[in-house]
Amino acid sequence: MTTEQTRTHAIDMNSILRGRDHAPEQLDITIKIENLNLHYGQKQALHNINMEIPKRRVTAYIGPSGCGKSTLLRCINRMNDLVDSARIDGKILLDNENIYDKSVNVAALRRRVGMVFQKPNPFPKSIFENVAYGLRIQGINDKRTLDETVENALRGAALWDEVKDRLKDNALGLSGGQQQRLVIARAIAIEPEVLLLDEPASALDPISTLKIEELINELKEKYTIVIVTHNMQQAARVSDYTAFMYMGELIEIDSTSQLFTKPKKKQTEDYITGRYG
Amino acid sequence: MDNTNIGHHISGQFNKELEDVRNHVLTMGGLVEEQIEQAIKAFTTANVELAELVIKQDNQIDDLEIALDRECTQIMALRQPTAFDLRLLLTVLKIINELERVGDLAEVIAKMTIHTSGIESSKNDPYYEVQHMADLVKSMLHDALDSFARMTVEQVPAITSKDENVDREYASILRQQVTYMMEDPRNITRTLNVLWTVRSLERIGDHACNICEHLVYMIKGEDVRHISREELERKVKGE
Repeated sequence: MTTEQTRTHAIDMNSILRGRDHAPEQLDITIKIENLNLHYGQKQALHNINMEIPKRRVTAYIGPSGCGKSTLLRCINRMNDLVDSARIDGKILLDNENIYDKSVNVAALRRRVGMVFQKPNPFPKSIFENVAYGLRIQGINDKRTLDETVENALRGAALWDEVKDRLKDNALGLSGGQQQRLVIARAIAIEPEVLLLDEPASALDPISTLKIEELINELKEKYTIVIVTHNMQQAARVSDYTAFMYMGELIEIDSTSQLFTKPKKKQTEDYITGRYG
Repeated sequence: MDNTNIGHHISGQFNKELEDVRNHVLTMGGLVEEQIEQAIKAFTTANVELAELVIKQDNQIDDLEIALDRECTQIMALRQPTAFDLRLLLTVLKIINELERVGDLAEVIAKMTIHTSGIESSKNDPYYEVQHMADLVKSMLHDALDSFARMTVEQVPAITSKDENVDREYASILRQQVTYMMEDPRNITRTLNVLWTVRSLERIGDHACNICEHLVYMIKGEDVRHISREELERKVKGE
């Protein structure tokens, strides 16, 4: 009998040893931010940000309040255009195309880059209509297409089983956690490439939070996800890469496991271990 | 990047908990050092009473290990430590395991003392070979614990290089004792006692080296187990 045969089960050494040397993954890059500066009036909110966001991975921004993480997130689908005093220079390349280029259609951009906010904001319509909304405004009214897309989106947002028998009910009757998943279903119904999540679970109870986190883990198979969170443990749980921001500057970005066990910068260490600098 | 300051957390209570853990490790380390000191003294002076005391005191080390295990588990569950804090607690869990085993080895030496107490010839035997090796090993453990207390890794290469001396000394004592046995079979009992004792000392040296490796992980975040001494030196220097 050989050694192999004496084993009751095969040992997959490769999977055990993976990550041991933190070998960098070969990643496709979806978003590239280059020399990005943002001013609100006289005040500079983002200072020369340079970073890459890998495709079909979860990238988390962490940092204290007012450090610019939400501002940076909102730059990725040009939400800051709606703020009059905001002035932006630099580039954000989505699939190598600068989203701040004059030729870019902002509505089309926001279809490619969906966003979910801290507080769930369903429309005061039925569950079905909430998810179908994005398609209807694109002029899609075919019932079969709508039915199919709504079901897929609700399944994708892990909500289908809970609402399939009451699709015509008002969405505002859902619980907070369900509303948040509905909003995510609405965002993915139009099949964006990127999902921006701004504190998606901070208004939810721990169980709903875990459901959202589980969902994020499933969604990254199809979408590139960027999440802003105040909850560091949440960033540690859901993200593959974490970026630490402080006073409008990107201090450090690394794989989440590396950043939380062996950060390179003292400022990062002080923040994640809860020290004052 | 070195950031080995236990204090300065926004939560003063967290500072205190980590400080307590560190102090308890040092208390445990001090106790273990004392156990070796006394065990060797008992062996080389054939002092059975002292040997019995060493055996009795081993319980205290075991109790400290359990208490520290509990402290670390509690902090991890309640505080979700990260970065240096996390590495500190993981390292403490490993270091106390090493210390507990060093304590057991001191107990082995104490038991050897009781075994040899019946042999007339060992009563006046100063066991110089054992004493010399014990001094070397004690200094290794002391320096390792000192590095933990100071949270530095500068002494690590010197400590691990002492282990090479210990190994050489062990091999030489082994050869010497085999010669004694061959010269006169009446020496066999004494020789076996010496061998058990120096074997324990050699193991203590290995545990001191393991503590050093854990320290490098704690302070530098580098895993230096199972690598060459040259590579270890490079990593300690942060190259």
